Amino acid sequence: MKEGEIYTFKIFRYDSFEPEKPPSFQTFKVRVVPGLTVLMVLLRIRDEIDGTLSFRSSCRSAVCGSCAMVINGKIDLACRTQVYKFEDRTIVLEPLPNMEIIKDLVVDMTPFWSAYEKVKPYLMRFSPSPEKEIPQSEEERKRIDQFVNCILCACCYGACPVVSRDPDYLGPHAFAKLERFFSDSRDERPPEELIHLDNVHGLWGCDTVLKCIEACPKDVRPTDSIVSLRKRLLKYRILGKR
Amino acid sequence: MLRHEVIIVGGGLAGLRAAIELCDKYDVALISKVYPLRSHSVAAQGGINAALGNNPEGRDDSWEKHMFDTVKGSDFLADQNAVEIMCKDAPRAIYELEHWGCPFSRFPDGSIAQRPFGGAGFPRTCYSADLTGHVLLHTLFERAISKRLKVYSEWYVLSLVSDGSMCHGIVAFDLIRGEIVPILAKATLFATGGYGRVYYYSTNALINTGSGIGIAYKAGVPLKDMEFVQFHPTGLVGTNILMTEACRGEGGYLINRLGERFMERYAPKAMELAPRDIVSRSIQREIEEGRGFDHPLGKCVHLDLRHLGEKKIMERLPGIRRICLDFLGIDPVYEPIPVMPCQHYSMGGIDTNEKAETPLSGFFAAGECACVSVHGANRLGGNSLLETVVFGRIASHSIEAYLSERDVKPDEKLLEEERKKVEKKIERLTGGGKEKPAKIQLELSKIMSQYVGIFRTKDELEFALGKILEAKERYRSVGISSKKKHMNYELMSALELEFMLEVAHTIALGAYLREESRGAHFRRDKEERDDSKWLKHTVMTIDREGNPSVSYKDVVITRYPPEERAY
Ligand SMILES: Cc1cc2nc3c(=O)[nH]c(=O)nc-3n(C[C@H](O)[C@H](O)[C@H](O)COP(=O)(O)OP(=O)(O)OC[C@H]3O[C@@H](n4cnc5c(N)ncnc54)[C@H](O)[C@@H]3O)c2cc1C
Repeated sequence: MKEGEIYTFKIFRYDSFEPEKPPSFQTFKVRVVPGLTVLMVLLRIRDEIDGTLSFRSSCRSAVCGSCAMVINGKIDLACRTQVYKFEDRTIVLEPLPNMEIIKDLVVDMTPFWSAYEKVKPYLMRFSPSPEKEIPQSEEERKRIDQFVNCILCACCYGACPVVSRDPDYLGPHAFAKLERFFSDSRDERPPEELIHLDNVHGLWGCDTVLKCIEACPKDVRPTDSIVSLRKRLLKYRILGKR
Repeated sequence: MLRHEVIIVGGGLAGLRAAIELCDKYDVALISKVYPLRSHSVAAQGGINAALGNNPEGRDDSWEKHMFDTVKGSDFLADQNAVEIMCKDAPRAIYELEHWGCPFSRFPDGSIAQRPFGGAGFPRTCYSADLTGHVLLHTLFERAISKRLKVYSEWYVLSLVSDGSMCHGIVAFDLIRGEIVPILAKATLFATGGYGRVYYYSTNALINTGSGIGIAYKAGVPLKDMEFVQFHPTGLVGTNILMTEACRGEGGYLINRLGERFMERYAPKAMELAPRDIVSRSIQREIEEGRGFDHPLGKCVHLDLRHLGEKKIMERLPGIRRICLDFLGIDPVYEPIPVMPCQHYSMGGIDTNEKAETPLSGFFAAGECACVSVHGANRLGGNSLLETVVFGRIASHSIEAYLSERDVKPDEKLLEEERKKVEKKIERLTGGGKEKPAKIQLELSKIMSQYVGIFRTKDELEFALGKILEAKERYRSVGISSKKKHMNYELMSALELEFMLEVAHTIALGAYLREESRGAHFRRDKEERDDSKWLKHTVMTIDREGNPSVSYKDVVITRYPPEERAY
């Protein structure tokens, strides 16, 4: 137990600069002690065994959102996944689905970020700002808590079946972000902002199969935001106001 | 070759804050080696200081008191003109962030919540649970998006181009395409963050190599006060992930193996909320004198939150609880947290004045990579986030002034020459050398943690310097596995290692030369602060042979003359 046990890591390898070479899995054997995370194993492989392995990482504490990937079939952050929790001594690592692969475990996040930018992810206000803070009650602050916690790691985006069949679908993260602002007592976004989402690539695309909720490492519930935004849209359609 | 009027290197808080101010007026490009939201600022937990007086127990707070606490916390090494600017500007900076949408936690009256923090006479730390950096970084990035800021993400800056008196731009590396790209600019700002990864035990993100500091130094820009390295008292054993000072701010205890709240011995009044240098040394002493715990992952003491109760922990410290569950499998509601001191913050850095200007004209620095100095020999918790937004903005104003006062003509030829140098470097690194960069970095970081750590002695520092010079020598024969340049993280590590070695060298040398104890720099062979000889900043510039040349600079003292520092 002290020296740890040998685990087999099967890691997805592919280089978009050499498209003629098909993707493959490369096997690494690594001794694992309790406390070792999947990210630490990846770092060790790159540092000691194969310097050509590509993956993203930064904070190693599950707050920056860099290292989302598929770990034994389940999407999660590599940095917060303990190797020891797997009974099976073989661990398969693959890149996030629904995005083009650049190299190995690194995917092209451009569509993810442009969907995020499309919902105008910033506080909109038209009233003049007070000299001090805009007051907000503890209750009002609590209302946005869940969506504020989103770290934009794209776990939900990778898990979403709608994104996989419709590349124009905005994705769960974008709606979670939009709801974060719509439900902020300080935001004065005009309800017209919802009109261009009134279609199947927008709010009506979601199958509500809750894959995004399952995949989120931060307990955000994007489906809830979609349901809430649909209500807001209907309210605006019927009453003509926010 | 690309051209922009202003280049900002760094997508953390300092870089974004500057960019937001400038991008309406100039052609600005922000460059970051990771997508901006992945910057280390996102990991800040505890909060940001400003004398708002919102806390019922802090109504009498004022910027002067904030300033005094900061100066005393700095062990009187901070430049007081700069501290005054920061503390005065703090309330405005907080309201601005709030107006931009920052979701601060609130008090029942609807005002921004404020909690007590170490070394502060009043509860003045504004926060959002224990995810303050996350909400601040997202807010500034959102603001930048609303202004359509141009960002080059996953681009590494590899050198700063200078003719000896003026800055002409940078040479960068586009990691995804694998291309070296010179970028010409009239003004360049570095907001590249700290160097935590020069140490083995560090709370910092893996990307915090301090390369920006090393790049500036190599280009001839002086570094200041590098020997002052902050060790945070409470890093988790094993991963060294930070357990924020807010744990103690909210009432957490530090406990040794005998069950004592041992801070009573070292800071009977402030107890757990003494400044970080003092608490870190106290923990280290407890461990060295055999009163620590032996955890399988390392020697430690306990941070005990259990008496705070589940409700308070869930409300104020949910991130801390999550980290303990995910990374150690313990729940702080029921179990104490095993913690140890770890490198945490870089007080020293690129030598700037209170306007974020460096001695190289057209080159500016702000945030953790800069040394203004507002933290002196020891930074107070909550002052660093404040520094990023205050001096990020000030840097933008200085850049504006610089560009409006003269017609700057950066020289393409110099950039081309520099590009060739970078190409050569990369060729050498892919030329079959036998030394692995990761191995040198690992050994370097262990030397730094062991011999240039919380307690220092002349002999150990001399030994460390020898080891660093050895590592520099070995660096000449570094080789990486693949010649391919795109997505080659090993190549990036090898390139950054060169700068890490310089950073380590200046830290160890500054510590070796400073024969006194002040703030975070503690010399076992000179335990007293010595104002007669050492009330001054250390300045280091690279000489022609590539060695550091050392000089000293007076501390600016305006309001608070040095006094004994007791808590
Ligand atoms: C775990 C933790 C918790 C903290 N909590 C608090 C707190 O509660 N309160 C407080 O006041 N302070 C806190 N701090 C300190 C504070 O978070 C940092 O000092 C601050 O966020 C630094 O911001 P910055 O903008 O200077 O740099 P960073 O946020 O580190 O950003 C640096 C940027 O530079 C880029 N970069 C660096 N080098 C290069 C290069 N060569 N080429 C291209 N890009 C480059 C990076 O990609 C990044 O975007 C904490 C620090 C840590 C480690």
